[in-house]
Amino acid sequence: MSERTTAIAYEVVIGLEIHVQLLTDSKMFCECATAFGAPPNTQTCPVCLGLPGALPVINRKAVELGLRTAVALGCRVHGTSQFHRKNYYYPDLPKNYQITQYEYKIHPPLGTKGSLELTADTSPRRIGIRRVHLEEDTGKLVHVEQHGQILHSLIDFNRSGVPLMEVVTEPDLRSPEQARLFLGRLRSLLQAIGVSSGRMEEGSLRCDANVSLRRPGAELGIRTEVKNMNSLRSVERALAFEAQRQEQLLDRGQPVGQETRHWDERRGVTFSSRTKEEAQDYRYFPEPDLVPIAVGKQWIDEVRASLPELPDARRQRYASAYRLSPYDAGLVTSSMPLAIFFEATVGHYPQAKTVANWLAGDVAAYLNAEGLEIEETALTPNHLAELLRLVDAGTISIRTAKEILPEMLRTGASAEQLVADRGLAQISDTAAVGSVIDRIIAEHPGPASDFHGGKTQALTFLVGQVMKKTRGRANPELVNRLLREKLQS
Amino acid sequence: MSITPSIVNHVARLARLELSPEERERLVHELAAILDHLAKLNELSTTGVEPTSHVIPMTNVFRDDTVGRSLPREAVLEGAPERDGEFFKVPPIIETEPEP
Repeated sequence: MSERTTAIAYEVVIGLEIHVQLLTDSKMFCECATAFGAPPNTQTCPVCLGLPGALPVINRKAVELGLRTAVALGCRVHGTSQFHRKNYYYPDLPKNYQITQYEYKIHPPLGTKGSLELTADTSPRRIGIRRVHLEEDTGKLVHVEQHGQILHSLIDFNRSGVPLMEVVTEPDLRSPEQARLFLGRLRSLLQAIGVSSGRMEEGSLRCDANVSLRRPGAELGIRTEVKNMNSLRSVERALAFEAQRQEQLLDRGQPVGQETRHWDERRGVTFSSRTKEEAQDYRYFPEPDLVPIAVGKQWIDEVRASLPELPDARRQRYASAYRLSPYDAGLVTSSMPLAIFFEATVGHYPQAKTVANWLAGDVAAYLNAEGLEIEETALTPNHLAELLRLVDAGTISIRTAKEILPEMLRTGASAEQLVADRGLAQISDTAAVGSVIDRIIAEHPGPASDFHGGKTQALTFLVGQVMKKTRGRANPELVNRLLREKLQS
Repeated sequence: MSITPSIVNHVARLARLELSPEERERLVHELAAILDHLAKLNELSTTGVEPTSHVIPMTNVFRDDTVGRSLPREAVLEGAPERDGEFFKVPPIIETEPEP
């Protein structure tokens, strides 16, 4: 983590609100499909269009997925919870209210007071989870613009009523990087327990953040809410920008205005946007059309028993079974697909530490730079294992392996194929390397006699010439050994 | 309870109602009278009584996660005041200024 000089003066305080589309086939309160990418307005009915007289019925699976999350996050699961109406006008909300779960003492949301451990390379921290609740999504608006002016807006109600879960953290995060790491870890957990696809680019996972600055130990400062961050990287970038913006205001003695700001990915800035209504104007009240959800101990026990190995447990298992460093173990378990990829690769190539090094090193660097997840690349566990075997066999150098890896990630080419096609195989044949050396010695009689005269740096020059002649493919150890032998003979 | 014209304005804005000055003036009195009437409920002692959200003691009314039939798009869009091809069409969303 890079510490800027001013980080001493202010502490960044971040809390996240994460909206998660639940992996159900049908909507929250009706039988319409939730499939992504269907033609506009083909997955609607009287319930999700808010037509008069239509009555909602709760999707049991959505409740179960919410419970899985609450239990996996160590939340207190409440005996009864209740839906509420949140009233506001916006064209994407056909009923003029959203069915959600408000936090009242007498009917709390599904789960409260959980936590998730965050492993940065520093000491682990527990990030508090304030609440987990269920709600319905809104329709999708497309604005038709001309010369920067919105002419009119188009609505697709396919998304209206899709089951959403909102996870709200305590303001426990202390840097934009921690926020990104936390979101990655939460996403990994949600994938592991089968609750979410985690696809941020499809809007299956959306993150808003509350950000404020304070002097260490002081009261919380005035916060802004940042919206529209569509990838893990944009979360970190947007929050870094916003923290810096607030810092500059405070340094100039100006107050931070409490407001909602949108992240502009292209320009790399946050900008102020007006909010719809203030919270006190949402006029929440219990949804009269839906009776409470009662969750008994037996239901919670069943959910707990059905949960797979959670990322925290998996990370600890990897650390001990494969003797990985905490950092490597944390990285390869940071998403479910990456963990599966790791285990599959180790199945083909049992040196787990080497596999973890490559995944945490060059592969992670590529994914970071491209903003991709492992499952979005063309690399297969089999091909990575093959690449590592080629290095072990001395067929290619580590340098060559690092050079061809990005192409393997991009195109799915096999390492052996790339090496063969491009003639990248390391020359480890004594006779072949020997004949090149003979030629180099003949071409450079000066350095050769310098070596005899005791100038060892002449050897370095000659090795360089051999490597140049073989376009870097000669096995460097072999070149060194043969050159010495030949010069000393 | 005293209702000011600015409270009436605020509530009207939340309900997206446009009021004439006469209507606003009338509502100041009518809303005050309604609230005064409801305020009588405060005379009841409700200590130890849980707030009621549903009169029928029933929980866990669920449906299975199965996909049923959606409405045909043409039927859906027929009810729209305006449409543009496959979409509902609405006027540009004008962000309202915060109230003074």
